[in-house]
Amino acid sequence: MAGLCDSLPVFLCKFPAFSDASIRAVRKTVDDGFKGLVRSYVNAIDAMVQPLQWFLNYLERLFVTSPWPVILLILLAIVYFASRNTKIVIGTAASMLVIGMLGLWNDTMVTLAMVTVCTLIAIVIGIPIGIAMARSDRVQGFINPVLDVMQTMPSFVYLIPVVMIFGIGKVPGLIAVVIYAVPPMIRLTNLGIRLVDKEVLEAADAFGSSAWQKLKNVQMPLALPTIMAGINQTIMMSLAMVVVASMVGVGGLGKNVLQAINNQFFTVGFLNGFALVAIAIIFDRTSQAYGRRLQKHSEVIHG
Amino acid sequence: MVSHAIEVRNLYKIFGPRGGDYVDAVKNGLGKAELNQQYGHVLGLRDINISMPAGGIMVVMGLSGSGKSTLIRHINRLIDPTAGEVLYDGVDVCRMSENDLREFRRHKTAMVFQKFALLPHRTVLDNTVYGLEIQGIGQAEREKRAKQWIERVGLAGFENHYPNQLSGGMQQRVGLARALTNDADILLMDEAYSALDPLIRVDMQTVLLDLQKELKKTVVFITHDLDEALRLGDKIAILRDGMVVQQGTGQEIVLNPADEYITAFVKEVNRGRVVNVETIMAPLAGNPEGMPIVKGTVLETAARAMTGANQTQAHVVDEAGQPIGAINLGAIISSMVTPTSHEAKAA
Repeated sequence: MAGLCDSLPVFLCKFPAFSDASIRAVRKTVDDGFKGLVRSYVNAIDAMVQPLQWFLNYLERLFVTSPWPVILLILLAIVYFASRNTKIVIGTAASMLVIGMLGLWNDTMVTLAMVTVCTLIAIVIGIPIGIAMARSDRVQGFINPVLDVMQTMPSFVYLIPVVMIFGIGKVPGLIAVVIYAVPPMIRLTNLGIRLVDKEVLEAADAFGSSAWQKLKNVQMPLALPTIMAGINQTIMMSLAMVVVASMVGVGGLGKNVLQAINNQFFTVGFLNGFALVAIAIIFDRTSQAYGRRLQKHSEVIHG
Repeated sequence: MVSHAIEVRNLYKIFGPRGGDYVDAVKNGLGKAELNQQYGHVLGLRDINISMPAGGIMVVMGLSGSGKSTLIRHINRLIDPTAGEVLYDGVDVCRMSENDLREFRRHKTAMVFQKFALLPHRTVLDNTVYGLEIQGIGQAEREKRAKQWIERVGLAGFENHYPNQLSGGMQQRVGLARALTNDADILLMDEAYSALDPLIRVDMQTVLLDLQKELKKTVVFITHDLDEALRLGDKIAILRDGMVVQQGTGQEIVLNPADEYITAFVKEVNRGRVVNVETIMAPLAGNPEGMPIVKGTVLETAARAMTGANQTQAHVVDEAGQPIGAINLGAIISSMVTPTSHEAKAA
């Protein structure tokens, strides 16, 4: 191959890149511009995310400082009423007790608070955007590539601007997790609404439904199973992301995992990892069972 | 509540992004095939003019692709026309504002769908109240009204079932109850019974005819089944390739089919159930003989009555009981079996 390059012009063998100097200049301009922008709006940005900080701190304190039996009972009650399945309740009780005995109770509570807040924010942001996408092909055409970027961009990369804007702490971690976890919520809300039977929609139109009545009475209820799948995915992705988010200062199980990586603590790493898996399975089974229960009407078939 | 007639005038529908550009070409004789080949647009309806009788059942009949479902969707404007008007009570539905249209749909029309189109997550009762719920009527009132109709269509006791716990026939009863609960002047039925078994279909036709006797709504009924059309229709329009081939009463269509297409259709029809006695009666000669038969009776019923009474002669009387013509069993039978109307007249 070297022989071939000898006889060819240089620009065919070495990719004609911009000079290092010009790339450096562009990079510096963008970085400095961004930093300047952040610096001038730092107070406004802080004020904007302050409510998130309060909410997160409040929930975290509530989970950590309440007596553990209370938290455990509340958790079991939620699991039971959502799933109506004793097996899932027993599994939840067993895994939470093991987590407690291994000394991971407080860290688990911190992570639970984080995931709860992230999921709520993802739902609040995701469902309206999903609805807007379902209503307009143009909006869908615009948002879809954005979601593609959010899902494929390595999460470490967007931690950089997040940290530059918000600094180190829980809120930047939370924002990173939401960015990572909200796309399935948006996509599945959109998909669910778009899959609603055209004939039923036509019937709703024929009876004179307004757009809001159609959304409320027909589209949302019929899209609910798909939306539930989106919530389930969002929870799973938040749990996966809390480990990465610990790099920017989120506490809990993720932080333990990060320390275990840095110090090659094999056992600690796996115990914390399994605690995360246990929580993930609890959330997954419970939300899926709840989703199925919502669909009770489609299970009883005329025979 | 007085139902009004629906006037469909010069209605055209061309499907495609620039349908409006081709209306004039179609008016000047551009055919369905050419429009599709040259311009990639589909001709849905072409110059439809139908006057749908107030308080009667208008049947629009045609095979699949004839445009009948497109036509019925113009009456509540689920489809916008390319040109033409649909008048109800002097107002052109096609020119209504969005708000007026919504009010029109809420209060003046109700629709029954071929595939039922029930809300699967709602019970029978909650499906039935849908129209009233949309109108903003209170829960107690709408459930009271819905329950009456659920009972009328024979679904009492099933109020709390979900649609897919019910058979097709029962689901369509829910569809009918939902439409009737709306208490609208116009009832649109888009192949409402086509998905049902033959026996259940006849059963549902009877339900509709019984209800219509007292309700006197303006019903538009779409079907591809001529027997159904003849049984239900006060007036029938036959559609082919988006055009009206013939319209009139069932008798007119059976006795004087407009072209070969319709002749082929009506060949298999049981004339004894379509043709009325006054159509074939002879003028009265002298005193009325035999038993009286009321005007409007179909031949089959008349023949059954005469054979039952063991009489070969009868006379036709009007609603007031005045004799208006004579008829005998031989003429009845020959009209029932003679294959073409021309031969029937010759006999």
